[in-house]
Amino acid sequence: MADKMTGAEMVIQALTDQGVEHIFGYPGGAALPIYDAMFQQDKVQHILVRHEQGATHMAEGYARSTGKPGVVLVTSGPGATNAVTGLADALMDSIPLVCITAQVPTNLIGSDAFQECDTVGITRSCTKYNYLVKRVEDLPRIMHEAFLIATTGRPGPVVIDIPKDVQFALGDYYKPDLDTLRHQSYRPQMDGDLDAITAAVDLMMKAERPIFYTGGGVINAGPEASEHLRELAELTGFPVTSTLMGLGAFPASNPQWMGMLGMHGTYEANWAMHDCDVMINIGARFDDRITGRIDAFSPNSRKIHVDIDPSSINKVVRVDVPIIGDCARVLAEMVRIWRSKTNQPRTEAIAPWWKQIEKWRAVDSLGYKNSETTIKPQYAIERLYEATKKQGKEVFITTEVGQHQMWAAQHFHFDKPNHWMTSGGLGTMGYGLPAAVGVQVAHPDALVIDIAGEASVQMTMQELSTAVQYRLPIKIFILNNERMGMVRQWQDLLHGSRYAHSYSESLPDFVKLAEAYGGKGIRCDNPAELDAAIAEMLDYDGPVLFDVLVEKDENCLPMIPSGKPHNEIILPDTANIGDIIDEKGRALV
Amino acid sequence: MNAHLQPTGSAYFLTKETQETERHTLSVLVDNEPGILARVVGLFSARGYNIESLTVSETEHGRRLSRITVVVIATPKVLVQIKLQLERLVPVHKVHDLTAEGASIERELALIKVAGSGEHRAETLRLADAFRAHIVDATVESFVFEVTGKPDKIDSFISLMQPLGLVEVVRTGLAAISRGPKGM
Repeated sequence: MADKMTGAEMVIQALTDQGVEHIFGYPGGAALPIYDAMFQQDKVQHILVRHEQGATHMAEGYARSTGKPGVVLVTSGPGATNAVTGLADALMDSIPLVCITAQVPTNLIGSDAFQECDTVGITRSCTKYNYLVKRVEDLPRIMHEAFLIATTGRPGPVVIDIPKDVQFALGDYYKPDLDTLRHQSYRPQMDGDLDAITAAVDLMMKAERPIFYTGGGVINAGPEASEHLRELAELTGFPVTSTLMGLGAFPASNPQWMGMLGMHGTYEANWAMHDCDVMINIGARFDDRITGRIDAFSPNSRKIHVDIDPSSINKVVRVDVPIIGDCARVLAEMVRIWRSKTNQPRTEAIAPWWKQIEKWRAVDSLGYKNSETTIKPQYAIERLYEATKKQGKEVFITTEVGQHQMWAAQHFHFDKPNHWMTSGGLGTMGYGLPAAVGVQVAHPDALVIDIAGEASVQMTMQELSTAVQYRLPIKIFILNNERMGMVRQWQDLLHGSRYAHSYSESLPDFVKLAEAYGGKGIRCDNPAELDAAIAEMLDYDGPVLFDVLVEKDENCLPMIPSGKPHNEIILPDTANIGDIIDEKGRALV
Repeated sequence: MNAHLQPTGSAYFLTKETQETERHTLSVLVDNEPGILARVVGLFSARGYNIESLTVSETEHGRRLSRITVVVIATPKVLVQIKLQLERLVPVHKVHDLTAEGASIERELALIKVAGSGEHRAETLRLADAFRAHIVDATVESFVFEVTGKPDKIDSFISLMQPLGLVEVVRTGLAAISRGPKGM
């Protein structure tokens, strides 16, 4: 391009060249030149949020449901600091984001100017990488490099801080070619070591009690990774469990599916993890919600660990066969090598193992005592799931954080990747509503439901206004128990039932609130009327806030209590949960 | 007084570290770009690693590469993590654990100011000679010595200067390089 461009125009041009269609943002003094440039084009559509945290979660929902990076634009100072929670969330869950923050002019940096903050300093530890652009000549390179870094290797958020004078400055725009982009220092390893993969397959071929333990890495590696996982599971006949972040990579309707594992995972998944002889970890990171007590974690297994991030290997649990690489490529190699050795699944050799698994399954750890008078939260999710199946639409679920999130993971079933959006690593209350907005922007015709709690949803409630503005028909399904349920549950189990500040005494009238925002409000407290109310929610063409009044003191089970290994999981019919945590558990505080 | 109200469990599983710690010297090759030192140091503080010594300077001007030499004390498991976490930083090219990879040379430079008169002055000079310390500044009542060597040699020189009128010390921190023909 021969004509000179301003820095602000370069930002828009680079976004266009990267194929960005939507950007979530909020204007402010330092960002005005970029907003001005955006106003004069129609390739990139801007979604005006109500709070910058909302913008980052929307971008996360957008990214997670499409596989494309989410893009955020905020102003300097408070705009940037408000975005920090979403950046940290995206870093923990490996979500590709590019967040453009405006900055005060370079000559004012460090002078405590109006709306100035040290954005690169503040975001250094909650981004994969960040830039302060000091010269307009660097801007085109940095814009494209940021997309490369955000989306490749282990994905993550990248911040580009652009001072206002750089936005005004004139320069030449160029589209750098990929080879000259980024340092020789940034070279994510995509292909797994062939010897290691062969060793892993050899181990799998001798396994008698194997299990696939899959995570968010399979989702991040793209839909083909899920395809290869399904193929490998079929070839081997092995059972499959997954972390919270990995739900949907393997279909819940498949008989080899064991349900989620970990603190609130199923009895069969956790027992199988404990008793297995070969564990195949694909794209998961041995998070502490999964492992429980490290020294009692799957004590007799040989462990295979596939991860694109070398620092994940041996960070928490020592493994026998580490494979560094992209899950899709490693899974494809595993399938190829397995096929080259045999056409038979290990059906006979692992028959006793499946028999054992069936015994654990028979415990029905997700069972609960239903009620005719109050709506049980589990029941509400089951009915929601049944109702959405009949819709004939793509269904995307987002959640907030807490009991409702775990119940959603247990009782809503996913058959496809990228349809489940939740804050796993950081555990950010307030994630679900804006994430649903982001998902709906990317999938205007889909059914997008935020399964929420009444406490979490109030953290980012204002984004309902965004949904109304852009006619995004998101459904917010609030399991309202008038408690911060998970906090109350921990206090119940571990702090002598002293419920310090885990309930709200003045909740809003959610129906009126929905109406005040210009959406629809529905309330239901009768199990007999629940189906009709869900149907009403699904039939309404616009945003709905559905206030489901549920059982107030239900605990989320099963649960692995602290100081306990996987095989000492608490089941729903256990009489007194407090007694199960013993002296040793107490000492672990 | 609230002992009986102590929580009976924790949301996290706490374990005690049982491995012994070791002292290792790492050599880190990085792009010399703004904020790189903050990135490296921030990583250490964010993940709870301890830095014993850290030196940094541009070593390849044309390619704008800097070399950071960092001495850490950690358990073997944490040492591996430190290396991997450093390699994960986008502007980091290579990380070598010089202590683990075989023989290496470690040197430090110190400037040491000593003030005194009479017999102390003569003794100071005799010791400086023994330690091959150079005089880089002298007045009738003081010397500044430049001394290089392994950190323990500098430590002992400083402790000998202590009773002879030591005023102040400045040290560069450790620079280290592997022995033999191979580079980083």
